[in-house]
Amino acid sequence: MIEATGLRKSFRVGRGRGATTVEAVRGVDFAVRRGEIVGFLGPNGAGKSTTLRMLATLIQPSGGEATIAGVDLLRSPAQVRRRIGFVAQASGTYDDSTARRDLVLQARMHGRSKSVAQDLAVAAIRAFQLDDFADRKIKTYSGGQRRRLDVALGVIHSPQVMFLDEPTAGLDPPSRVRMWQEVRRLREEGMTIFLTTHYLDEADSLCDRVSIIDGGRIVAEGTPSDLKREISGDVVTVEFAATDLADGSGDDLPAASKLLAEAPYVHAAEPVDGALRLYVDSAATAIPQIMRALYDRGIEPGAIETRRPSLDDVFLAKTGRSLEE
Amino acid sequence: MKIVRDTWLIFQQEAGLMVRNPVMVAFSLAQPITYLILFAPFLKVVMVDRGASSYADAYRIYVPGLFVAMGLFGGLFAGYGLLSALRAGIIDRCRVTPVSRTGLLLGRALMHVSLNVTQAVIVTLVALPFGLRVHLANLLISYALLGVMVLLSTSLSYDIALLVRNENSLGVLVNTVGQPISLLAGVLIPLVLAPMWIQRAARWNPFAWATDGMRALFAGQITQNVVWQGALIMIGLAAASLFWSSHLFGREVS
Ligand SMILES: Nc1ncnc2c1ncn2[C@@H]1O[C@H](COP(=O)(O)OP(=O)(O)OP(=O)(O)O)[C@@H](O)[C@H]1O
Ligand SMILES: [Mg+2]
Repeated sequence: MIEATGLRKSFRVGRGRGATTVEAVRGVDFAVRRGEIVGFLGPNGAGKSTTLRMLATLIQPSGGEATIAGVDLLRSPAQVRRRIGFVAQASGTYDDSTARRDLVLQARMHGRSKSVAQDLAVAAIRAFQLDDFADRKIKTYSGGQRRRLDVALGVIHSPQVMFLDEPTAGLDPPSRVRMWQEVRRLREEGMTIFLTTHYLDEADSLCDRVSIIDGGRIVAEGTPSDLKREISGDVVTVEFAATDLADGSGDDLPAASKLLAEAPYVHAAEPVDGALRLYVDSAATAIPQIMRALYDRGIEPGAIETRRPSLDDVFLAKTGRSLEE
Repeated sequence: MKIVRDTWLIFQQEAGLMVRNPVMVAFSLAQPITYLILFAPFLKVVMVDRGASSYADAYRIYVPGLFVAMGLFGGLFAGYGLLSALRAGIIDRCRVTPVSRTGLLLGRALMHVSLNVTQAVIVTLVALPFGLRVHLANLLISYALLGVMVLLSTSLSYDIALLVRNENSLGVLVNTVGQPISLLAGVLIPLVLAPMWIQRAARWNPFAWATDGMRALFAGQITQNVVWQGALIMIGLAAASLFWSSHLFGREVS
């Protein structure tokens, strides 16, 4: 349904001599099949919104090409617009308008007649459960209500392909779960969904496939379980108590990191937020060895935690940084 | 035609929101009415040796000037609305649909036209008890001329807004452009009272032609050349400026 090859975007910022170019997206390739939910997972500034805005015909790619629902993005953007829906990262609603008014306007901008637009608005209000506030000014809505309206606006014309830019950013956990249900419902109605997120659990539980993007490039791609399987074994996180710098012993973390990275039972060691993340085959056999090694060096570990690999571990393995702040 | 339908659609949306905010509309009327009541008496005194012997004469000179001032400044600040719609992502939301891009702009501009013409009607009604008298046909032509003028100033404001993309610069530019244009059009004090060099400079000000045309209409002299000349200048410039702003708007909006 969506196929992109070598999609690039660079922005010129500033004027005259002080002008510089920002490489927002440096050539991404991906394909989304009919009926799939595919996510772009990446940190702030990774180029997620820029990619989505190119696909939604809002900005012109600097290079590469894409086909959406069988239509060439560069050659027939107008045809693409008939087939897609788009929900921007920041919602685009009138503060003083109401959900119903904006829904009717949206359907009419898609060429529907007034009476059809009104029926579509009624249906959307029911489907997205906007009844309680549909005729109130939008500026009085809560974040979750507003986001549901944004999605309702984006799908009012039943597009084949739906682009959602961070549909759950800033929502509380119950609202996020509710939004996931809405997204799954849209897929059941036959839409193909391409979304961006910087939440690991969202990518994990909502998306059939995930592309991990960083610095304008896709660094990994696959189903969440395949991606995690690449990181075989377990993840052991060792915390270190704050060290007493007065006696000159310094920080334990670098020493422990160096020591354990060389240990044969550790695949990789990555310091994250004052703790050490260790990738091992089996936590059960590795933990005693880790403890012994640390005690031999006179290092006193704090809490030790073990878990299955997450998408964050995938991100860390590919980029050397953690997604979680 | 699609563009007509889409323009009408956007116009309805924008006008509907404006009507839902009557306080704003009332406030925008306060200034012209204050001028009408407090400034026109001065004008009567100043113009007395140029044949303005009554309030009726003073208003016949002053009301058209007021229309031009309203048309000029009412439109010049329209760019703020466009910038805030851009910032709020409303324009992006519209641009992902097949709606006509020119319609998005023209519908908004026409909302300002109808708002300003409505205000002009109210100002006319307020001026009637003070003695303003004008032929209905001439008055209607004046409203049409005002409408074209608002279209010009609105699209000029859109041009500036789309080029500078920032409310502060827009405010500064609009004031630096608007003040000399309105002074050199003689909207407050007719240019006949101005020194020769100012009168000469005013010949290059399209709004001065429109003001003269408007005053001729109010004076019942519809056959004066300046009426069609002023109208033609306004129509030509409005068309050119609209063309340019829809070009700027249709460019990639990033
Ligand atoms: N209009 C623009 N002009 C200049 N630079 C831009 C523009 N839009 C985006 N960028 C830059 O491109 C890069 C990618 O931005 P983008 O908005 O795509 O990131 P993102 O992955 O959506 O991040 P976030 O999670 O914060 O939304 C950033 O460095 C950003 O500063
Ligand atoms: Mg973004």
